[in-house]
Amino acid sequence: MSASTSTNRLSPPAAILRHAVLLATGALILVPFVWMASLSLKPPGEIFRASFSFWPAQFYGVENYTKALTEVPLPRYMGNGLVVCVLILGVQILVCAPCAYALAKLHFLGRDLLFGLVLVGLLLPHQVLSLPLFILGYQLGILNTYAALVFPYVVSPFGIFLFRQFFKTIPDDVVHAARLDGLSEIAIVWKIMVPMALPAVIAFSIFSVVSHWNDLFWPLIAVRDQSLMPPPLGIMAFKNEEAGNDYGPLMAASTLVVLPLLIAFLAAQKWFVEGLTGGAVK
Amino acid sequence: MGSAIFHGDVKVTAMASVLIDSIRKNYGTASVLRGVSLSIADGEFLTLLGPSGCGKSTLLRILAGLDVQDSGSLLIGGRAVDGLRPKRRGVAMVFQSYALYPHMTVASNVALPLRMRRLSVFQRFPLLGRLLPATARIAAEIDVEVTRTAKSLGIGHLLARKPGQLSGGQRQRVAVGRAMVRHPAVFLMDEPLSNLDAKLRVQMRAEIKELHQRLGGTFVYVTHDQAEAMTLSDRVAVMLDGELLQVAPPQDIYADPDDRRVAEFIGSPKINMLEGVVRERGLIDVAGATITIEADARAGAHLTLGIRPEAFHLADHGGQGILTGFVRMIEHMGSDLFVHLDLAGIDHPLIARLLAERAPHIAPGQTLHVGVRPDRVLLFARDGRRLRRQAESGRASVTPIRESA
Repeated sequence: MSASTSTNRLSPPAAILRHAVLLATGALILVPFVWMASLSLKPPGEIFRASFSFWPAQFYGVENYTKALTEVPLPRYMGNGLVVCVLILGVQILVCAPCAYALAKLHFLGRDLLFGLVLVGLLLPHQVLSLPLFILGYQLGILNTYAALVFPYVVSPFGIFLFRQFFKTIPDDVVHAARLDGLSEIAIVWKIMVPMALPAVIAFSIFSVVSHWNDLFWPLIAVRDQSLMPPPLGIMAFKNEEAGNDYGPLMAASTLVVLPLLIAFLAAQKWFVEGLTGGAVK
Repeated sequence: MGSAIFHGDVKVTAMASVLIDSIRKNYGTASVLRGVSLSIADGEFLTLLGPSGCGKSTLLRILAGLDVQDSGSLLIGGRAVDGLRPKRRGVAMVFQSYALYPHMTVASNVALPLRMRRLSVFQRFPLLGRLLPATARIAAEIDVEVTRTAKSLGIGHLLARKPGQLSGGQRQRVAVGRAMVRHPAVFLMDEPLSNLDAKLRVQMRAEIKELHQRLGGTFVYVTHDQAEAMTLSDRVAVMLDGELLQVAPPQDIYADPDDRRVAEFIGSPKINMLEGVVRERGLIDVAGATITIEADARAGAHLTLGIRPEAFHLADHGGQGILTGFVRMIEHMGSDLFVHLDLAGIDHPLIARLLAERAPHIAPGQTLHVGVRPDRVLLFARDGRRLRRQAESGRASVTPIRESA
């Protein structure tokens, strides 16, 4: 703060401008969340009032949250979300780490072509594949099960890419030393590479959990049984059938759904940044 | 820290000779190794010496099984190891970057090779492996050996630390410990000292020599540092452009090189190379002087004379066999002086190493006469091949490295 920043300190107007831009951008992203939290504490009458205040005039939080938790099986939805996210993440790491190791450290014919295909996979939006995946799920007979929610995400091109980039920064000599020490290639992946790439693994975990916890599109296609629905789909069903225009409990449910992610991210923030900038500093 | 760092009774059990037979290796169109053959005796300390990019590290990696040769074969302890995985070859390696596992403690780093060899897949399984009957006993044995090895290297107190908390020298010891804990038949060392500062390098050099004497294993040591090669080795193999130029004991490499490139690579300051012409049998014209040397060459033949800086001695006046030049610069090295001389007809200065006490009042710009003993002159043909005189053939002349004229 003191001596280290003095070398490239901006002039006061530039500093003010920079902070203004940063604050405005930050506010743009934060306001919907704050509004959501604020609405979840207000009674119905206050939600549609023309004037806006963050803090409710009449505290209605207990009613909204009770309704959110009792009128629909929100805990069940969140349990589903947890099961699906953990399964997806586990299988993704299981698949991505060996793939990334092969692409980063092994020499074989067609490696660059394969890596090119991974990049193509990275470019394709998931929605493009939804119809073929739906048909595949139907053929396999796994629609409307947990498996249907998990199988499209088993291979993550992003995970392979991120791990590969991180593995490439690990010196070859470490791999050589491990081979001389008697580790098999699979053992090198799990005992050496993955522990050394822990920041990348954590960063990837956050990405994966956030995107699949929040995923609405594929669960909407894959499951119809309410007892299998992950949180966003559940909230949607909740809105349609139960709440109508009752936004208070809806916002309370949304807040509850977002909360675990928020806590997880804040807890892992340090590693997250390190994982994404990893390799820049050895 | 001192010379008593390596103690204890860690012994190498298996010993092995190494036979390298016409190994070739290409990377794309670049030929990195062009048919290297070398026989290393059981318990020998052999150094592969050469400038960077000469293929010495590649050869070491092929020996370790980390890289595969295009042709040629390898025998370790009389056993062909060509198709074998690194762990089956009975070799251990110390890397220039140490290549320690940063997420493991020193103890785990050193223990890993033993765990991989002695524990089964199931016994190594996280948590559950500990419940298997023999696991605890084997793990305890490994602990004992790791502790013993660490103590013999003076790193016993660091076992709980991670590599990131250690100094360069300590990491180096851990890397050595990880290599020696499983008693390999052959130690491979790839420039293990080049990441250390100068003072520590000299100390670790002595310790590696001691380690070799104590363990008695076969050591193959790669370096570009001639001081390391000269001080450590039983024999030095000088490599250049993927070929072995000469394999000989250090003193022979220095005093009796086979090739001009070997003579130029070894020795600091560099050997003086002077172009000469044979006037008649026994007389060679060089740099405006005539020196009496028996050369196995016709009159009129062009030769190169290689003269080590310390082969010169101060002469009072010019004459037969005396070179005369102007002093361009003097470097004081304490006991010695490096005198740079400009000679007529030679574009780079000649460097003579003279004893300081015998040459007290040399000043730049002055004219200086230096003589050279004919038996200290190395003759090279135009293609770089060494021309030996009759008396020299048979590798008889062994001159101490440190002798000054």
